[in-house]
Amino acid sequence: MNTDHHVWVYGNNVNTDVIFAGKYTYTLRTEAEIQSVALEDLDPNFASQVQAGDVIVADHNWGNGSSREQAVTCLRYSGINMIIASSFSGLYFRNCINQGIRPVIIEDLYQHLSTGDTITINHDAQTIIANGVAYPIPEFSPSVEAILYAGGLVPMLQERFNTE
Amino acid sequence: MSGLTFAEKALARASGNESVRAGDVVDVRPDVMFSHDNTAYIRKIFLETGAKRILHPERVAITLDHAVPAPTTRHAQNHAEIRQWVREQNITHFFEVGRGICHQVLSEEAIVLSGEVIFGSDSHSTHFGWLGAFGMGVGRTEMASLWATGELWLRVPETMKITLTGHLQSGVTAKDIALYILRTWGSGGGQYRAIEFAGDAIATLSLDERAVLTNSMAEFGAMSAYMPPDEQVFDYLESNRTRDYTPLYPDADAIYSQEEVIDISALQAQIACPHSPDNVLDVTEVIGRKVHQAFIGTCTNGRYEDIAIVAQVVRGQQVQIPLLVIPASSQVLLQATRDGHIATLLEAGVTIGTPGCGPCMGNHMGVPAPNDVAITTMNRNFRGRMGTGDAEIYLANPYVVAMSALAGEIVAYDEAVMVGD
Ligand code: SF4
Repeated sequence: MNTDHHVWVYGNNVNTDVIFAGKYTYTLRTEAEIQSVALEDLDPNFASQVQAGDVIVADHNWGNGSSREQAVTCLRYSGINMIIASSFSGLYFRNCINQGIRPVIIEDLYQHLSTGDTITINHDAQTIIANGVAYPIPEFSPSVEAILYAGGLVPMLQERFNTE
Repeated sequence: MSGLTFAEKALARASGNESVRAGDVVDVRPDVMFSHDNTAYIRKIFLETGAKRILHPERVAITLDHAVPAPTTRHAQNHAEIRQWVREQNITHFFEVGRGICHQVLSEEAIVLSGEVIFGSDSHSTHFGWLGAFGMGVGRTEMASLWATGELWLRVPETMKITLTGHLQSGVTAKDIALYILRTWGSGGGQYRAIEFAGDAIATLSLDERAVLTNSMAEFGAMSAYMPPDEQVFDYLESNRTRDYTPLYPDADAIYSQEEVIDISALQAQIACPHSPDNVLDVTEVIGRKVHQAFIGTCTNGRYEDIAIVAQVVRGQQVQIPLLVIPASSQVLLQATRDGHIATLLEAGVTIGTPGCGPCMGNHMGVPAPNDVAITTMNRNFRGRMGTGDAEIYLANPYVVAMSALAGEIVAYDEAVMVGD
């Protein structure tokens, strides 16, 4: 099965403060509120125009900075299920998986795309097709795949403990 | 095949794998998992998942330390909920209000041992590297998951090796090594990697000082930090340990993502200026700056030696500004009392607080006024860290903090002050 996805393309070193500003950490509570300020200081169009299933493509060190989980959840509430970057901050990579967003490392893909372009995910071959080139989606360990499959760490635990 | 880092060895052992490499994703079963005043929040997440019982209550440790004694009804309620949870779940290692800060207390109690893995819902869990354990901070959701399943996935980190050579000059401490590391490579320099300390200088550092270094690697962005444990460490653990252990050491031909050498003999006293722990200068560059409050304490620099240094500095004199000393644990306080240091401090006009985090999180006990300048041995000087947004925080070693408290302004270490001690 193939699915098409619009991309939002960003550069180097996008930190957690521009993804979700620290000043909102304790004031915004609901999903809608948290979503509404996603990437506010980087791309004022993002929060209002993003569609479910869109993919973020960026350069190195996406998500460096603080460990605040809202920097991931604001994107998940925006319908983002995948972020492709040349590299991720280690903590952000970790938070992504725990919140059910698949982080994919593809060096320099951001250079070949612009915001609004379309990429295709081939779910059978586990590849991303951009401009006719196929890039493999690396598979994680079974436990990590289980978290992503469930949509995050909490849903995964809920499935496990509610069926026991 | 090339050799392995400490992180690779420790995580292979804790994940039941023969061998793992940086970049591998593994499921790790830590020997110890701990939390503190945030336990009630973790409990809430745990119950939301539908889980009923903590899988390994004997591996769980909880300390009440972040807001102790409870400053408000809400904090007291939080503590009460945690005590109830400890009883319900039969949690083995529980340490009450006043016992001290998680990292210090679990070290003293030998809850975790060399070569083991410990996860804490606290960013300074890198601390436990001082005794040769793999310590890592995790999120609250991750801790709930650990309670429920006993395991957590992890990407095995790359390792940066920092070799320390030489020996410290008088008035210069491990705090200055930590600040120098932040100054040189920035607060992102550790980049969620593991840090391995190596080199002859480690043997010249006391155990208290070693802990300063591994603890401070949280400010460096490190996932974990490690020092090769020696006989001194094993002696320390011996009286309280309840199980056997096998320390782990990296291979000589392990692969590192970065290797650096620091000659600590050349090091001068350092100071981190507002509002970032890597905004570091030589103390001599900021002398004369007026300060309104001084604080010695925290998991980074609230141990016995820190208090002994303050006693040495202030003996027979009077502090010019409030100097608050909060021992990292009741054991530290007891030892400092027995050795007469606490009497010396009280005579010099110093305030002593209940063992715990004190104003480090800005909760209570020593919050600065707006526009106040504080000088402290703690680990973070972010804006508002001590509870007041427009206060300034300087971070320095205990000599500098104590001497500045005597002067009412930032002063450099003066050997003359120590004469006659
Ligand atoms: S002393 Fe400060 S840094 Fe250490 S655990 Fe307590 S709040 Fe955290």
